[in-house]
Amino acid sequence: MSETQAYEKPQPVIDPGTKPFWDAAREHRLSIPRCRACGKHHFYPRELCPHCHSDDLEWTDASGKGEIYSYTIARKPAGPVFAADVPYVIAMIALDEGPRMLTNIVTKDVERAAIGDRVTVKFDDVTPELTLPKFTLDKD
Amino acid sequence: MAREAVIVGVGDVPLKEGRVVGGGSVLQVQARAAKAALDDARIPMRDVDGLLVAGLWGVPGPGQLPSVTLGEYLGIHPRFADTTNIGGSAFEAHVAHAAMAIEKGYCDVALIVYGSTQKSERSRALGGRPSVLTMQFENVWGIPQPVGGYALAARRHMHEFGTTEEQLAEIAVATRKWASLNPAATMRDPITIDDVMNSTKVSDPLKLLDCCLVTDGAGAIVMTTADNARAHGAKMTHIRGYGEAHTHWSIGAMPDLARLTAAEMSSQRAFQMAGVSHDAIDLVECYDSFTITVLMTLEALGFCKRGEGGQFVMNQRTAPGGAFPLNTNGGGLSYCHPGMYGIFLLVEAVRQLRGEAGDRQVKKVDTALVHGTGGTLSSGATVILANS
Repeated sequence: MSETQAYEKPQPVIDPGTKPFWDAAREHRLSIPRCRACGKHHFYPRELCPHCHSDDLEWTDASGKGEIYSYTIARKPAGPVFAADVPYVIAMIALDEGPRMLTNIVTKDVERAAIGDRVTVKFDDVTPELTLPKFTLDKD
Repeated sequence: MAREAVIVGVGDVPLKEGRVVGGGSVLQVQARAAKAALDDARIPMRDVDGLLVAGLWGVPGPGQLPSVTLGEYLGIHPRFADTTNIGGSAFEAHVAHAAMAIEKGYCDVALIVYGSTQKSERSRALGGRPSVLTMQFENVWGIPQPVGGYALAARRHMHEFGTTEEQLAEIAVATRKWASLNPAATMRDPITIDDVMNSTKVSDPLKLLDCCLVTDGAGAIVMTTADNARAHGAKMTHIRGYGEAHTHWSIGAMPDLARLTAAEMSSQRAFQMAGVSHDAIDLVECYDSFTITVLMTLEALGFCKRGEGGQFVMNQRTAPGGAFPLNTNGGGLSYCHPGMYGIFLLVEAVRQLRGEAGDRQVKKVDTALVHGTGGTLSSGATVILANS
């Protein structure tokens, strides 16, 4: 991403509940909440653990590793700002810590992605303020 | 004797090429559908004291309080309002809520209304949802909404159960056959499995003919007590059971992408309340935003086992003349889909139960199951209707 070119795709409207995640991403860390009561991680970040509803949560750095739980290849863009990217892969990753998260798979050949593929986070600094945690295929 | 809530009126507005005939604002089309349903019920508008509305119109603005706005527009002063919006399944939930309100004596005549002029206004823009709150973790990735979420579910279902794209295509082909029997349907020309397979790729594995239409439309339902229905000489459709549930909004939070949990929950409750088994169901009208929605719904409703939906729909089982009549008006895939489709499932089920469905009439329909799905496989609401 050239820094001289404006980034026109949707950007998160960051709120107090999600700021730690986006701040960490900017530092190239994948930070997700973990519940001290039940031990489970969750994503996206909540005020109460969605598993046991405790409010005793902490932010933890995830390994950035996981596998593809499902994916789709967008042949039609989600609006004109994504038109130049078609075809592109949107995947739901099952992180090794447990939670699932939606992301993009960065690959030269979109046809290579498959359910069960191991993936690793790759941070994309799309603006000086915003970094998106995307993933690459370990087999690439 | 206890009050029993029944459906006494259904109505919709004529469409041509997916647009409301004669045009009209989203308030006008809802008023026309409401009048049609009340005329069908032989009940005057002034008797309506319960108003149930869900929609995506007029936001920001008067649509933020949709029953308040529509009540004003219709010239009524409801004493019961429900604007539950759980997506396209909202109207099946409204039937349940209206039944409870009527049976408790909280209102006497309930009007459920929906309308959309999205095609005429070219206003459908779900991809433009702002990236606030939960959406900040979804639309930054460029997921086409809502098809992308359904595509993720379809891919996972194929992975776990071996479901094929051809099996999904069976649903589109069968639904089109029903539409060809419905003069009100938008798309009536027959299609083949190959047509579906060769249609434009949208979001793999879903293709254009796996997706519902984008049309205008408006529909309405009138409910009252059985006693009031008899007094007006109205036709009665009985409500034997209902249930509703929702599990997630973000596709990333769906408990299991290959399993429609909300429909399992809502239908189990509806069957239990109705006290009937699956064998008693003569007809199913279920939400068909996408072909995969239908396949997963049939599994979740219990008409086949989990993972066997693909096998179940093969050989045009759900087409006219098939063993399992489904979505007999041509569905969201071929009849119309004005954003939130669930009200048309109810309208069609009532017409079939009454024997008013013309060329597409299914023989001997005494009990029908209606199931709406909303959001991205997010919510489910089931209603079991019967002639007696």
